[in-house]
Amino acid sequence: MSTEQSPPFGPATRLVCRECAAEYDLGAAYACMECFGPLEVAYNFTGVTRKSIEAGPQSLWRYSQLLPVAAYAQDEPNLAPGMTKLVRADNLADRLGMTAPLWIKDDSGNPTHSFKDRVVAVAQSAARRLGFTTLACASTGNLANAVAAAAARAGQGSVVVIPSNLEAGKTITTATYGGTLLAVEGNYDDVNRLCGELIGDPITDAWGFVNVNLRPYYAEGSKSLGYEVAEQLGWRTPAQVVIPVASGSLLTKVDKAWRELAKLGLIEESTYSVFGAQADGCSPVAQAFAEGVDVVRPVKPNTIAKSLAIGNPADGPYALDAVRRTGGAIASVSDPDIVAGIRLLAETEGIFAETAGGVTLATFQKLLAGGEASPDAETVLLNTGDGLKTLDAVAGVVGPTAVIPPSVAEVHRVMKAH
Amino acid sequence: MAVTVRIPTILRTYTEGAGEVSLPTAGPTLGSAIEALEAAAPGIRARILDDSGNLRRFVNVYVDDEDVRFTDGLSTPLKEASAIAVIPAVAGGC
Repeated sequence: MSTEQSPPFGPATRLVCRECAAEYDLGAAYACMECFGPLEVAYNFTGVTRKSIEAGPQSLWRYSQLLPVAAYAQDEPNLAPGMTKLVRADNLADRLGMTAPLWIKDDSGNPTHSFKDRVVAVAQSAARRLGFTTLACASTGNLANAVAAAAARAGQGSVVVIPSNLEAGKTITTATYGGTLLAVEGNYDDVNRLCGELIGDPITDAWGFVNVNLRPYYAEGSKSLGYEVAEQLGWRTPAQVVIPVASGSLLTKVDKAWRELAKLGLIEESTYSVFGAQADGCSPVAQAFAEGVDVVRPVKPNTIAKSLAIGNPADGPYALDAVRRTGGAIASVSDPDIVAGIRLLAETEGIFAETAGGVTLATFQKLLAGGEASPDAETVLLNTGDGLKTLDAVAGVVGPTAVIPPSVAEVHRVMKAH
Repeated sequence: MAVTVRIPTILRTYTEGAGEVSLPTAGPTLGSAIEALEAAAPGIRARILDDSGNLRRFVNVYVDDEDVRFTDGLSTPLKEASAIAVIPAVAGGC
């Protein structure tokens, strides 16, 4: 398709404030001029069918007709993330006492090993349309990898801003992709604040901050996780889904994806429950859920789950809405439970999740024990990242079964003892 | 108190494009400083506070690098030469 025939943002029509419904032209805007509320992409979808999607590439670009991207975006240099495995987890289901199928949507299979490649692919496309030549971000680590790698693939510059105490696995990988990596003395909320202040400074005129001034487009990339789960289940939703919550954006976008598919007639109108997972050391949304209130009070994060350590979650209120509307729940778990969750998933299914995946599984166990989630309902757990990036989390609790000399007798001795 | 206020891009229409406003007489608290800011940049208060006079849900305000939601909100005390920053809330992570 030629550039002339395809609108630059595909089916997207406007940006609309989620709080006060004020409308804006598609552009590099991220906060409402009236009330500071977050802006959301509005669409006019046309001609989307199961067939048109199934005929697309084996990446998130098969959902181009449902994203704020031009039809030709998939042909521009990018990491082509998505279409990760949906793994049937029978061993884990047995261990959890489930009678219904359990699935892991394993987004560690993306090019930089987390779901962030999805949001960056959409933001990168928006950056091109809006004339930004450098990709930038505030990141807890996974996004840093995704931005630096996507920029490298496309020959763009990158500026990645991270808290200086991030896991080595995330810092070193990002630095290897090249670009500028700024480690800030402070936590993620400090980093985020710095990036908010940098917008408007002339030094950033050519920078598209994927999760600040490109955020409306970026956030839409998360919908592709929801689309894929539905397509991979044979065009239907599971009865339950468990999603890690940092800002709350992923959870709200998966819910949005399923509502869109139902509205377009691509799946049957179905009921599903959305569950959110947080770490005790950063659980402002879970606390608001438990207290039955709409206001999410910021906290100072202190958890090993650094990719979820956002103390001031911008989409928290919307995550609460989605969870309450669908009859789900949001709970949190301790750092030792997170480590146990990582090990359980690895031991039962051969999937080594980062800390966020441990949070998700451990929270699901807690919700099952508390009766909020059902063992008799088909469930999908989202694993958003790779355990190799957070080795520190398990380094202290696992290791070799035995250290032995190269001797057959020694192997016999060890095997007998175990 | 004499203080300075950092203004985000989307509010600079009220400050003739200025990214920082100096308030020679801001009073003792963040609340009084916002009143002084309103006098210097008419219309800006309604962008920061909602109709009930509370901080809007999607705006973060810092006094000397501390998020005022962790301190006393609009009652947060100011010091001589305090730095106030007004920043729209955005976030990453999942």
